[in-house]
Amino acid sequence: MKKILAIIRPDKLEAVKNALEKIGCHGMTVRDVKGRGRQLGVTENYRGRDYRIDILPKTEIEIVTRETDVEGIVQAIIETAKTGDIGDGKIFISSVEEVIRIRTGERGDKAI
Amino acid sequence: MILDSGDTAWMLISTALVILMTIPGVALFYGGLIRKENVLNTMLLSFVTFAIVSVLWFIYGYDLTFGADMWGVIGSITNPVFNGVLESKSLATLAPTIPTGLYAIFQMTFAAITVALISGAVVERMKFSAWLAFVPVWLTLVYVPVAHWMWGGGFLAQMGALDFAGGIVVHLTSGIAALALVLVLGARKDIRLLPHHLGYSVMGAGLLWFGWFGFNAGSALSAGNLAVSAMIVTNTSAAVGMIAWMLMDKLKTGKPTLLGALSGAIAGLASITPAAGYVNVTAAIIIGFFASIFAYNAVSWLKPRLGYDDALDVFGIHGICGITGAVAIGIFANPLINSVTTGGILFGNFNLLGVQLLAVAVVAVYSFVLTVVIAKIIDKIIGLRVTDEHEVQGLDVNLHEESGYRLS
Repeated sequence: MKKILAIIRPDKLEAVKNALEKIGCHGMTVRDVKGRGRQLGVTENYRGRDYRIDILPKTEIEIVTRETDVEGIVQAIIETAKTGDIGDGKIFISSVEEVIRIRTGERGDKAI
Repeated sequence: MILDSGDTAWMLISTALVILMTIPGVALFYGGLIRKENVLNTMLLSFVTFAIVSVLWFIYGYDLTFGADMWGVIGSITNPVFNGVLESKSLATLAPTIPTGLYAIFQMTFAAITVALISGAVVERMKFSAWLAFVPVWLTLVYVPVAHWMWGGGFLAQMGALDFAGGIVVHLTSGIAALALVLVLGARKDIRLLPHHLGYSVMGAGLLWFGWFGFNAGSALSAGNLAVSAMIVTNTSAAVGMIAWMLMDKLKTGKPTLLGALSGAIAGLASITPAAGYVNVTAAIIIGFFASIFAYNAVSWLKPRLGYDDALDVFGIHGICGITGAVAIGIFANPLINSVTTGGILFGNFNLLGVQLLAVAVVAVYSFVLTVVIAKIIDKIIGLRVTDEHEVQGLDVNLHEESGYRLS
């Protein structure tokens, strides 16, 4: 089992959600997060002065899935979250040792 | 004279309009411009200021400002706690067609907004208790005397200085006090202006623009031609100020900004305030245009170079525009608009400009020095600044045990 952690633009959440639904991926945890990448933020101007905003709001999607589904999910996220501009985000994939559904006590793939 | 119900009706409405400017106008305008962790504290500063001034004004403030003149410096307390004034149903000496009580509460709203304006400079780091101490002391030692000098028959009025609705009394005193207070208080750890909710500021600025008709047209103290004239030049100056700031934004950064538009409108309103009852539309266009450009440069060029932390630019906008309008009277005052003046430079009268400059200088120095002294004393006794930890975490939770946003 794998955990996919995708950090995307907040305005892309709906599109990513819909694309994942189409390939049968329903479960996810979504958080509002803040952070920065290589571009070090954006510039905003208030009353004639520039301010660098270097911690930007992003959306984090966490999905735990079977190993066989990982590539499809990753592709769906890339296709829908990509604008081509700096700040599109990143996807991290890591291994998950065990998953347990609290309601039934099921474990492993069955619990996903 | 007898009571004029038309004048009285207009002044009741004007008074309510000026109340709307502070609560919720200034509260919303300022509240949107700060970090979200300080929104409640910022709004409360305006609200509580209005409450404190509302009480003190009738205990002694009105009498000290408008009571019988003593040596050109201060009025005298003849009716403490407004005793007997309401009972006597007398008409106001300075506005003989409306009740004294109505004139007094109209003037109270000016005192309240003046002190509330200062709060914009010190938000995000001043102790609430220190602000509660500052309000009554500053009202008594700075606002009341200056209002007496200009409006209550004091020495500046006797010299012929003009201030129709408070360019000197309201905007200059508060703007200079803001500068003095932040110099004693010190800069925030993060001195950026990062508005958390510009929508609030749009509503606040809209209410200010709307309420300003009570402020300026109400200062005619009657429902007649002068009120109409003041209303038109007020609106014109605000509109020109807004457009001028957007023009500056476009020239300097390539994009017009909403906060710039709001700031320009406030600059136009503040600058026309002292002149509203003395000038025509052409003058209002010139005043609003130049005041906006001066204010733009004060906040975007002067402030970063001098390094003081006037958080919401009270000095940069109100102070600079108060001076601009007060001086402009000396140029544009028009006896055809208001017969109390023989006119400014454009009418061949050079004396008025000198008097206006003197009034601006005297009031600026007085407000600055007194505010520094008051701030230093409060700092010694109870301290002006919150702790570093409270400043970083925000004042709402730490000083009031409330938070403005609990969205889940």
